Amino acid sequence: MNGYNFAYLDEPTKRMIRRAILKAVAIPGHQVPFGAREMPLPYGWGTGGIQVTAAILGADDVLKVIDQGADDTTNAVSIRRFFSRVAGVETTTRTRDASVIQTRHRIPETPLRDDQILVYQVPLPEPLAKLEPSRAETKQMHALADYGLMHVKLYEDIARFGHVTISYDYPVMVNDRYLMSPSPIPAFDTLKMNRMPALQLFGAGREKRIYAVPPYTTVRPLDFDDHPFALIRAPHACTLCGATNSYLDEVVTDDRGGRMFICSDTDYCADRRGDAASEGDAA
Amino acid sequence: MTLEKPGFIDPVAEAQACFRLVLRTMSSPGQIVTLANPVAAPPLTPATAAVLLTLVDAEVSLWLDEPLADSWDWLAFHAGVVRATDIGSAAFLCTTRLPPLAEVFAGTDAAPETGATIILQVPSLEGGKKLTLYGPGLETPIVIAPQGLPADFVAQWEQNHRIFPRGIDLLLCAGSSFCALPRSVRIGEG
Repeated sequence: MNGYNFAYLDEPTKRMIRRAILKAVAIPGHQVPFGAREMPLPYGWGTGGIQVTAAILGADDVLKVIDQGADDTTNAVSIRRFFSRVAGVETTTRTRDASVIQTRHRIPETPLRDDQILVYQVPLPEPLAKLEPSRAETKQMHALADYGLMHVKLYEDIARFGHVTISYDYPVMVNDRYLMSPSPIPAFDTLKMNRMPALQLFGAGREKRIYAVPPYTTVRPLDFDDHPFALIRAPHACTLCGATNSYLDEVVTDDRGGRMFICSDTDYCADRRGDAASEGDAA
Repeated sequence: MTLEKPGFIDPVAEAQACFRLVLRTMSSPGQIVTLANPVAAPPLTPATAAVLLTLVDAEVSLWLDEPLADSWDWLAFHAGVVRATDIGSAAFLCTTRLPPLAEVFAGTDAAPETGATIILQVPSLEGGKKLTLYGPGLETPIVIAPQGLPADFVAQWEQNHRIFPRGIDLLLCAGSSFCALPRSVRIGEG
């Protein structure tokens, strides 16, 4: 595209982001500050993820973008078109064909490989933010690996409700050192992060933080020995493909209480049905 | 000042390709990666030269050791890099002999990412003393045998790992190939 550098960002910005990514990989789970730029879409629409993707993307990459598991929602379509225009890269909706996957709030059901990179869009990178509003304080807590506050929150949940009430953005310990927000993925996806063969990069644009989980790194949901982490899944099979192991969306179908449950991961669902609908929008 | 030595021919694509190799070996410590488009800029080896052009610019400080000092003009022209006056203040160090790691800035507990990156130019990534790597990024431990490391390297690295998350990240470059030892990795002898 005329008038823009490859992948939109200028080279000094890419270098700055690349340096931050490398330090993030060397210190798994630690939030590295970076000079997030204004992007041609609002905060909350994936500006952090887009900057990370722009810094790593090359002409021979194949990009997939998902929003809540779907390839065909507004956010996914517009980001895919953005990189298609400013970088001219090939895009896909098929998880196994992609070399870089940018995601908002889901991890694909199809297991990822070690030659793939998963880029998360992160709204709130600080896992302690809801418990301690001061950034200076939480920074100190991370420095001292003092995560008692989060244990107390989990304990209070169990004491009041009998179970931990966090259903998404479930806090995890990375490499037994840093407490990390996995971004607002469902708690259902949390275990997929543990020892994942793919590199996982996290970008938070408004909060100006980048963090990472290298391949085959321990990612453990925070829990107690007598109250171990438990997966939550709607007790249904997918109406479209019949999957009983995937994360489901509840879809209201009429105003008389009709509803159905379908896979949130559209590529996984289409693949299981064996149809070509997963081509979707590859503009 | 002579400027007969070029940098990247296609700066955008070559910097991206080199970065992805650095990212790959940083995420899979010890994995040896090789550049497709080497940069000829002696006394820097092609890998060292490409890694420097990919990572350093006017926003970071670099320290060069004596045998590489001829490269300042080339680096100033192509990268506009800031010259660090001493080892302890540099964000990047590019050297042919590993300085004592304790003298290099390792960051702080609150901001460990400020710890330095050392780009060490070694004679070869093979044929040296065997080192076994464990840690994040590695499915199973792997063995590397780079030449040109100091005799007490394993002990120095043990100390570097002990202060985690503070620490120093190391890139070993030889010819057109390189591999990374991020601070998160543990190293055993043999």
